[in-house]
Amino acid sequence: MKLAIEVRGVTKRFGTLQALDRVDLAIAEGEFFALLGPNGAGKTTLISILAGLSRADDGEARVMGYDVTVDYREARRSLGVVPQELVFDPFFTVRETLRIQSGYFGLRRNDAWIDEIIDNLDLGAKADTNMRSLSGGMKRRVLVAQALVHRPPVIILDEPTAGVDVELRQGLWDFVRRLNRDGHTIVLTTHYLQEAETLCNRVAMLKQGRVVALDTTRNLLAGVSGTHLRLRLSPDRLPHALLPMLVRQDGAEWVLAIHRHAQITEVLLALRDDGIEVVELQLQQPDLEEAFVSIVGGG
Amino acid sequence: MTGFRTLLYKELLRFWKVAFQTIGAPILTALLYLLVFSHVLEDRVQVYPGVPYTAFLIPGLAMMSLLQNAFANSSSSLIQSKITGNIIFILLPPLSHGEFYWAYVVAAVVRGLAVGFGVYCINFVTVALPVLHPLWALAFALFGGAILGSMGLIAGIWAEKFDQLAGFQNFVIVPLTFLSGVFYSIHSLPPFWQAVSHLNPFFYMIDGFRFGFFGESDVAPVVSLGVVVACFAALSLVALQMIRSGYKLRH
Ligand SMILES: Nc1ncnc2c1ncn2[C@@H]1O[C@H](COP(=O)(O)OP(=O)(O)OP(=O)(O)O)[C@@H](O)[C@H]1O
Ligand SMILES: [Mg+2]
Repeated sequence: MKLAIEVRGVTKRFGTLQALDRVDLAIAEGEFFALLGPNGAGKTTLISILAGLSRADDGEARVMGYDVTVDYREARRSLGVVPQELVFDPFFTVRETLRIQSGYFGLRRNDAWIDEIIDNLDLGAKADTNMRSLSGGMKRRVLVAQALVHRPPVIILDEPTAGVDVELRQGLWDFVRRLNRDGHTIVLTTHYLQEAETLCNRVAMLKQGRVVALDTTRNLLAGVSGTHLRLRLSPDRLPHALLPMLVRQDGAEWVLAIHRHAQITEVLLALRDDGIEVVELQLQQPDLEEAFVSIVGGG
Repeated sequence: MTGFRTLLYKELLRFWKVAFQTIGAPILTALLYLLVFSHVLEDRVQVYPGVPYTAFLIPGLAMMSLLQNAFANSSSSLIQSKITGNIIFILLPPLSHGEFYWAYVVAAVVRGLAVGFGVYCINFVTVALPVLHPLWALAFALFGGAILGSMGLIAGIWAEKFDQLAGFQNFVIVPLTFLSGVFYSIHSLPPFWQAVSHLNPFFYMIDGFRFGFFGESDVAPVVSLGVVVACFAALSLVALQMIRSGYKLRH
């Protein structure tokens, strides 16, 4: 299988700060990939290196097989990046912005595709409005549109849904999912883990410039210790017999790991034997947030 | 080529949308210089025989405005893009180093020529100005604009803040253009200062440009053109190398 993104031993320092520490990553064509990690983990730095906005101190990075420094023109043609920062050129309207961006990629007659993007991102009503007078969410949509003007096979979205309303978030993900079905490779970073969980087939987690987890979403979820049973008890104590099942205490809630549903009965029996009353009971399916917390280690 | 043409178009549009500021204002400034200096010096100074001082002054002022505005165009465009962050729209696409360089330099030359031509047009309402060798004048205008456009590009890439750029402009560009013989012939200077003037590349631009009008100059125009072309070649190599290495643009 051809690799859309290949990162080998990439290292980046800012002064004494090690932003990326020998990062290895391979993303195959057609994947929908999530790059997760706490603030400052190095996600944006890695994306900048792939986009040629930043240079690695060591290691190599390729997009669609093209080295980002040696074959920089081919690599950049293959890549569309939605930057994390909200930037815009105040001199132009939305449509001018998209036409100019097409031109930079060597495309002259691109209006049909530009119209399609404008349509899909619900920018039609603002197409001839100056960038300066758009709201933040609208500017974010234009950034997404700009990344797509040249129909790049690989699309990286650096927190595209920050500051975007629910409706666009849905619309954006429908659009991106369709692009993915049409064969585009999608990489996204987000702090909304729910998004990553429903969209992405694979996940990498970065922490302090290192890849600390790299697996399919399914495996990461399976790695989280089963279903969780959350209990509020009165009196607030856990019988001795149940201690081995305890994962942690969340405030007034006891979180127990359950592997078979029959265990629920065992727990309830143990509680009754000790004369402890159940005030509240909740069953929780494992989610990526759980995996994230257990791997990256809390917020 | 489409990439170059688009970036050039964007750069031209950028100053054209505010032409009142970028073209009108410098022409007015030059007109004020001309009014004051020619009023004070018209009867006292005659540099070339038979050439009134006002006529002598116009080409120099036109060239000085051309040079300063060519510099201002590329440098201010770059620093603005860097500070607002929208420079990434130019850094992400597959523009070649040459496309990047020439788009900024050509736009700078066009703005310089627009301002320079505007200043030149003052002669139609003041004093008749001959143009004996228009091609020489044009050659110096083009190379002068390209040199300052390149310097603007280098300064714009190098500067991280507006005041660093303003410092470069006020302490390097303005003194060098002012002291290049715009207002006088360097033959009127003491020998020491004449020698110093010969080290200033701007002197050759103005002197050669003026030759295009009067057919007279302090230095043979071929020599001046040689100096100017050599300067341009050196600066464009430096600028291209900066772009290639990603200096201060790609961290
Ligand atoms: N230009 C720079 N100069 C100095 N330090 C930098 C620079 N860019 C990034 N850093 C540092 O590198 C580290 C990684 O930053 P990066 O922006 O890649 O994090 P991130 O994972 O994208 O975080 P976030 O989720 O907040 O966007 C941070 O500690 C940041 O302060
Ligand atoms: Mg980031």
